[in-house]
Amino acid sequence: MGAGHLERKLRRMFKIPVKGENSEFRSGLVSQYSDERKDTIQRVIAAMTVGKDVSSLFPDILKNIATHDLEQKKLVYLYLMNYAKTNPELCILATNTFVQDAEDPNPLVRALAIRTMGCIRVNEMVDYLAIPLKRTLEDDNPYVRKTAAICVVKMFALNTKLCVEQGFLDTLLSMLNDSNQMVVANAISALLEISKMGGSQLLNIDSRIMKKLLITLNECTEWGRISILTAMENFDTSDVTEVDHIIEKVTPQLQHENPAVVLSSIKVILKQMDKVSNDQRERLLRRLASPLCSLLSNPPEIQYVALRNIRIILEKYPHILSNDLQAFFVKYNDPLYLKLEKIDILVRLANAGNAALLLAELREYAMEVDIELVNRVVNVIGQLAIKITEISKKAVDVLYELYLNRSSYVLEQLVIVIQNILRRYPKKYLPTVITIIADLNFDDLSNTESLASYIWIIGQYSKEIPHLEDKLEIMALQFKELEPLVQAAALTAIVKINLTKSTPKTRQFLQKILNEATTEIENADIRDKAYIYWRILSTDDEELQKSIVLKRLPVLESTIDTFSPLLLKQLISEISNLGSVYYKPAVTFIKPKAENEALVNNATLQSKKLEELQQMAKSEIVNNAVKAETLLDFDDSEENQDSAAPVDTPMGSIGIGATTGAANILDELSDLFSGMTTQPQPGTTSSAIASTSTSTSPSPAAGSTSNLFELINQQKHKTITGSSTTHDDLLNLF
Amino acid sequence: MASVVYFLDNRGRPLLHRDYKWDIPSTAVEKFPILLLEKSSNGDAVGSLEDGSTVPVLNSDGVHYIYLMHKNLYILALTREDTNAFAILCYLDSLVRVLEGYLKSLEEESIRDNFSIIYELLDEMMDYGVPQITDQKILKEYITQESFTLKTMFRPSGSKKKPGSTTVFKERMAPSAVTNAISWRSSGIVHKKNEAYLDVVESIDMLINPKNQILSSEIHGEIKLRSTLSGMPELVLGLNEKFMNSCINAVKGLPPIDNTKKSIEVEDVKFHQCVRLGKFESEKMISFIPPDGECNLFSYRVHSSTLKPMFLIDYKVRNHSNTRLEIMVKVRANFKSRISARKLEIRVPVPRDVDSPKYHYNKGSLKYLPNESVILWKFHKIDGAKEYVMIAELLLPSVADELELNKFRKIPLNLKFEMQGFVTSGLQVKYLKIREPKMNYQSYPYVRYITKSGDHYEVRVK
Repeated sequence: MGAGHLERKLRRMFKIPVKGENSEFRSGLVSQYSDERKDTIQRVIAAMTVGKDVSSLFPDILKNIATHDLEQKKLVYLYLMNYAKTNPELCILATNTFVQDAEDPNPLVRALAIRTMGCIRVNEMVDYLAIPLKRTLEDDNPYVRKTAAICVVKMFALNTKLCVEQGFLDTLLSMLNDSNQMVVANAISALLEISKMGGSQLLNIDSRIMKKLLITLNECTEWGRISILTAMENFDTSDVTEVDHIIEKVTPQLQHENPAVVLSSIKVILKQMDKVSNDQRERLLRRLASPLCSLLSNPPEIQYVALRNIRIILEKYPHILSNDLQAFFVKYNDPLYLKLEKIDILVRLANAGNAALLLAELREYAMEVDIELVNRVVNVIGQLAIKITEISKKAVDVLYELYLNRSSYVLEQLVIVIQNILRRYPKKYLPTVITIIADLNFDDLSNTESLASYIWIIGQYSKEIPHLEDKLEIMALQFKELEPLVQAAALTAIVKINLTKSTPKTRQFLQKILNEATTEIENADIRDKAYIYWRILSTDDEELQKSIVLKRLPVLESTIDTFSPLLLKQLISEISNLGSVYYKPAVTFIKPKAENEALVNNATLQSKKLEELQQMAKSEIVNNAVKAETLLDFDDSEENQDSAAPVDTPMGSIGIGATTGAANILDELSDLFSGMTTQPQPGTTSSAIASTSTSTSPSPAAGSTSNLFELINQQKHKTITGSSTTHDDLLNLF
Repeated sequence: MASVVYFLDNRGRPLLHRDYKWDIPSTAVEKFPILLLEKSSNGDAVGSLEDGSTVPVLNSDGVHYIYLMHKNLYILALTREDTNAFAILCYLDSLVRVLEGYLKSLEEESIRDNFSIIYELLDEMMDYGVPQITDQKILKEYITQESFTLKTMFRPSGSKKKPGSTTVFKERMAPSAVTNAISWRSSGIVHKKNEAYLDVVESIDMLINPKNQILSSEIHGEIKLRSTLSGMPELVLGLNEKFMNSCINAVKGLPPIDNTKKSIEVEDVKFHQCVRLGKFESEKMISFIPPDGECNLFSYRVHSSTLKPMFLIDYKVRNHSNTRLEIMVKVRANFKSRISARKLEIRVPVPRDVDSPKYHYNKGSLKYLPNESVILWKFHKIDGAKEYVMIAELLLPSVADELELNKFRKIPLNLKFEMQGFVTSGLQVKYLKIREPKMNYQSYPYVRYITKSGDHYEVRVK
């Protein structure tokens, strides 16, 4: 053995190509010395690990399966698992050993055999699996039973029919009463997995099982606790004493050292939160604060997922962490993604009391070298200024200071932020910020959004801008090449300027832009918008024109992104799961398991899933539409909201068809479904209608158009019934 | 949960993997390095793989990639279904810790050299994607290989087992502890000397501004128990009442008892799994059956409004026309003269590739560490109320770029130190009762208090 080892090392050292490695292995595997055989097996596994194909050795490895050396047995089993698929017929030869091992006096060997058997995905093997599995499920030794419980899942995946026929699922259910906690925990994990695979809820938790789970919870391993807590999420009760009992038993888990146990406990508690009295809720929320913060004393990757979840919880309970601002301060060696998340949380925790502290901290971050980070900080300072009036002056000063010192880094973002600040405080900080804008030229900016903001500011505050005509000239010259968002802004701006500060030159620019927009621009929204303006300007009533175009925008309340209520509800139910990281409900990124052969006979279940997905999409759109009803008055939107509301019960309520009237509109709006993520796309006319409902993010170009709508509504014209007919109606008006 | 777990090198090439569910083709992992680049949070700027700027949860083609970085390795789990991503990350973290315990250090080399034990552990720690046992002590009882046992097998001091004693026999049997209610301790442990050591260790993280004001501070405390006790001993730990009450309040989410400035506020408490969580809350008792050997019994976080910086730093830098830098650091031990701190290390950031540093200083030792770009000022011991100065003169590389010259001043000074004999939170161990119902032996606990710096005791210089 030693010599072989040395030789191998020498070979590696001198990089001598190993000639016919496989044949060398083969002779080693049939050697008469057990030491040499074992050593060879190890080398084969090593070759397998680095990705060499050693599948041709299958028969020779198989010869070594009958051994009392546990270590060697494990290696052989490992090999079998990896290559069983390449030699299915040979696997039969191994079954005998497996079945024997499953009766070995040593529980470790029994468990190993049953565990490995389930991993050999060959039909021949599955047929032999049932008998030893049945036996090991009733083994005296809990270690074997807990391994067998998981093996049921493997069998279910390999041969669903057989698994159900043999009654293994019932055995699993009965294992919930096992005397050993780890067996109970694994039975639960198995049932959860099978439920997920089969698409139906096997584990119906009633009060009796719940009690049992609550007792087991305190006694089993950290991973068992997580399974149990996950199972508890499905339990629903309105009984107050039961709710109290659950909370009482789960809250001690908040002190567990495993962060995943903590977050799962928080999830269970949050689920019960709506059912307790206000007093108790306050107390509970206070109790959750420090466990939430303690999730941050972990490696950065864990912190990241924790922060994503904290963001969701914060949106539901905004005050939960109001005293813990400092826990979220950025450390200089945090990875960038973590810094960005922390900053996002920080601004949500800001209140009048801690805003000064936060601003000072943000100012530090703005001095960092990373461009992305600095830009985000600028954005957040803007959000802070808008959220907390008391700090706004200081925040604007910091922004100005950044402009002076770091303009190459922050300029583009700064312009966007200034626009928002002006929409929140139209006059207060004008003198400071307008100096920044006054210095700027059209060519200084390249980012679409920044350009749009810049143009909006020029249009809105044309009187304060020196050399206005020069700036407009560049804009007019480049009009055709601009992005639609910028074009929309440019249109609005030039019209506004002509109503407030008209000169021969601006009239000339206006004419050029309107001409180009109506004849040379492909984008329908820009074209329509230009037509609308043109018609308005063609009327002689200048007062009417002014009252339409120059209508004051509503004051911006907040520029912090929020989830729609429905999405938030869904995300709360997906805390700690993938959905909570992506901020998307699982149905949007998990494909129905069409490719899983084992489940082909469950075709009906799959169609259910699809339906559910559509349902979800529809209700989201309806929800948006309902909120937008000041703009779009759907006749039957009320009913639709009612019928689409119960989407949160995952498997229930199939086939709630939205009434046909709304369905058409739904189809029209269905492309907006993507807008349910937190970033709306302001700009074009149609999306403006939706975005005003889902987010408070600014879109002044669109805003002025929606003002137009409002005005028309006020003038008691008939309500607009669909976005496609909007413009015809409008044109008729004039 | 997870379908497959991979260990990848720093370029995202697989070193070793264990497939649990076989529902993800191997092409998925080949995509991982590309995904890392694509989804790097640097936006469109080209990120490099090593800078760790990509979020740890990614998806592509219906496969979800959940990873964490350890040294130069990526530990990656893949899954297809909606699953508890947080638990998977925590599992990967436990996996790293267990392997570190087995291999001493988890890196490319040690993975290659110890593949068979790693496979064995992967098999035992997770089954069909469901995490099973991640307790290192339990695993070590039945997953052993001579090759590493000799080198790294942990033996609690004072319990040198005779060859041929119980452990050898146990190696091939599943330890009862695996599935016991008490999963962290096997029955039938015998030690010649029954001893228990408690270390109360508090690490202070602090961020200090150039004016020596604290911007944020946090105390992480830990009570470590090192015990060599026979049988199944029942232990009860008693702490001073003030601290205990503060703990209970924190746990129950009640406001602090007295709002006077002097009070210490415990913010979070975490126990080792052996502590009976229910009893702590209902009876204010920390009672437990400890694992054999070492464990982190109890950890907590404290917020203190009265905390002062331990060291006052005065920092000045002078740039002589971009060819030469002069950095002056003055440190003052901001505590009473009868106390002293040990192993003080001050890391002073400098620009990359500086040349021939010259030092003037009146205590300690100075060393330039090129790969960290810092000057390390080391003290063996520093007494309270003492003040020392060092001046470092550095030659800048001829092509010093402006950005680099600005960058190094943004990195805060990092301090490390250790002080014995007290902790800042005011925690005191009043007693540790040890009772073994069957054996009835006498045992006396030893307690030590240590205050030290955390990883982030930092002073901003600008």
